[in-house]
Amino acid sequence: MKRDVILAGVGGQGLLSVAAVIGEAAIARGFFLKQVEVHGMAQRGGSVTSHLRFSDRPVYSDLVPDGEADLVLALEILEGLRYVHLLSPTGTLVTSTAAVKNMPGYPPEETIRAAVCAVPRHVLVDAPRLAEKAGSAQSANVVLLGAAAPFFGLPQDSLVGAIKRAFAGRAPAVLEANLAAFRLGLEAGEDGATKT
Amino acid sequence: MPTKLLLGDEAVAQGAIDAGLSGAYAYPGTPSTEITEYVEKSPQAREGLIRSFWSANEKTAVEAALGMSYAGKRAMASMKHVGLNVAADPFINAAITGTSGGLIVNAADDPSMHSSQNEQDSRLYTEIALVPCLEPSNQQEAYDMVSYAFDLSERFRVPVLLRLVTRLAHSRAPVTLRTRREQNRARLPDDPERFIILPPTARRQYAALVARQEDFVRESERSPFNHLADGPDASLGIVASGIGANYVLEAFAGEVPHPFLKIGQYPLPALLVDRLFHRCERILVVEEGYPYIEAKLRGLPERRSPQILGRMSGELPRTGELTPALVARALGRRAGAGIPPSSVPVPRPPSLCPGCPHADTFRALTEALGTFPETARVFSDIGCYTLGAYPPFSAIHTCVEMGASITMAKGAADAGIGPVVSVIGDSTFAHSGMTGLLDAVLDRSPITVVILDNLAVAMTGGQRSCATGRLEAICTGLGVEPAHVREIVPVPKEHEKNVAVLREEIRYAGPSVVIARRECLQTARRAKRPAREGA
Ligand SMILES: Cc1ncc(C[n+]2csc(CCOP(=O)(O)OP(=O)(O)O)c2C)c(N)n1
Ligand code: SF4
Repeated sequence: MKRDVILAGVGGQGLLSVAAVIGEAAIARGFFLKQVEVHGMAQRGGSVTSHLRFSDRPVYSDLVPDGEADLVLALEILEGLRYVHLLSPTGTLVTSTAAVKNMPGYPPEETIRAAVCAVPRHVLVDAPRLAEKAGSAQSANVVLLGAAAPFFGLPQDSLVGAIKRAFAGRAPAVLEANLAAFRLGLEAGEDGATKT
Repeated sequence: MPTKLLLGDEAVAQGAIDAGLSGAYAYPGTPSTEITEYVEKSPQAREGLIRSFWSANEKTAVEAALGMSYAGKRAMASMKHVGLNVAADPFINAAITGTSGGLIVNAADDPSMHSSQNEQDSRLYTEIALVPCLEPSNQQEAYDMVSYAFDLSERFRVPVLLRLVTRLAHSRAPVTLRTRREQNRARLPDDPERFIILPPTARRQYAALVARQEDFVRESERSPFNHLADGPDASLGIVASGIGANYVLEAFAGEVPHPFLKIGQYPLPALLVDRLFHRCERILVVEEGYPYIEAKLRGLPERRSPQILGRMSGELPRTGELTPALVARALGRRAGAGIPPSSVPVPRPPSLCPGCPHADTFRALTEALGTFPETARVFSDIGCYTLGAYPPFSAIHTCVEMGASITMAKGAADAGIGPVVSVIGDSTFAHSGMTGLLDAVLDRSPITVVILDNLAVAMTGGQRSCATGRLEAICTGLGVEPAHVREIVPVPKEHEKNVAVLREEIRYAGPSVVIARRECLQTARRAKRPAREGA
């Protein structure tokens, strides 16, 4: 059992928190793990990525080798597309529909959607809307985590447990919203996955 | 033994804390910053048991660490690779005086220049300093090497360089911790004369250092971090260091079929190299950064010299960081063929945060310069404000290395072009702008230095700036006329006023300073948030 995951997004979207939750869940299950953060100038709205690898055998390279990722999890739709070449032929792109247009020349949304749909296995999730529905606009990252949950090869309750630990010490309402976000994401992911 | 999930940087910090560290000194710089941030937040530092300090620059950091070593305690100084240029003088001379308490210099290299001006390789500095170097390949080694390096330093009385690279510094993995060692007690050196390196002492000390080189090689030969594993297929031998070794293991899923020499400690272990040379006709060198090992192997006067492959021979690219795919290909392994890249994504360049004070300063400066001849030049420096190079500002003409804004402006003014403005952040000014301003004052150079005081080292995540609250005193103290040390507040509603102030000072025929003061939005936001984050 081995999973190579690329997380992609824009500074401030909570990408590294999602990576931490997955990593924690994997470690709790006794997997070997390595997780690279690329957050260069993220606070200024640039791209952020993380390579997350876990396996029941030792993990050597910190970076996911090109063409071997099982999953690209994207909190921003253009950022997801930026890394599809890292996916293995059977890998899946799970991406939010969120578009952060903070630079010139952001491609038209139809062009981006068409390119996403050209990826053989993809799941598109309206994370911002589901996050609102869950009761916290900030929980879009956890919606995506829910949508991608079936691809990690980790039991759901270990992810839920990791979310609970991540939000321990925060207001109970914050945890509730995030657990709701996870569930909504999970449902949306299952719907999206069956369609494609 | 407990395990902890740690970044490579954090593993170095935790390793030092557990190895009896007494002082951590640093100037921030990606990808090294998290070392000192981790020490700073540790219970030991908070209780005052370990001194953790953001120094004015890398040179002062290494000097403070040497001072602590002089007093018998274990100390380290951390920096990014280019920081070692600034600290090269104390680093190299500390090898001559020798150390007393263990002294480690952590230098984090940034191959591919993710956030740097160059990709220089810190290992080369140990060739000048003639000291050992350690290079971890994973977080556990990073942790273990620190304790080992303190011992090495104390045994041989030399500073030791610990070299990291971006991908390890910023990669997390579980690390098994060891029992904590006691700190050293303060103790004055019993041979204090070696710290006064006047020529007679210096010559003696240098000769002793040169004489120790053989010992360093022997240490490398029996180091737990250098390891030669035999493999059945001797048609190729592999030498790999640091994270390069990980990529080799990755390519073979952990089972390397070739003789494989993994390097984690320098100077190179001659004996192990020799053994490999006798076994293989061809050797591939996999190392992050410069072809340092490769060049050494090529230059060895061996009886049998195998063919050496690597970055110099084109098996691997000469520039940029290694990737698992590049290494797999060099080893003749097929790299995964994935999904074709999408042509849709356009680059998302970093930009100033919306509302950043630097943006207001650049708008005012550009307008102020509008009434001057087009030969007006803005010499900039390094920090968030370097993003003023990009549209919509396109407001600066240079960015070279820390402090160069003021001194290059001076030189350009000497050449007769003008008007000449220098733009420098508060932390960069404290790092290496002050001495340049003194030059300008002494020569009455007609330059205007705009100090962008956002009360933080914003670029690297908002560390404390050494200049906060002191800029006016420093500038007037260096001799800038008090009437020509002005303050502006970079907010939109002060725009006209700011343009006027800048214009007056640019027109002034001597050295002048305009301090644009408003806090970085990010540090202001973090300060408002509840203390939870700091834990
Ligand atoms: C010798 C050296 N040390 C460290 C760095 C990394 N670095 C670049 S700019 C900078 C400081 C930026 O602070 P400041 O001048 O206050 O500007 P700000 O980012 O706050 O706008 C640092 C730490 C470097 N490039 N070179
Ligand atoms: S981090 Fe601070 S100084 Fe840097 S761009 Fe953002 S607001 Fe400006």
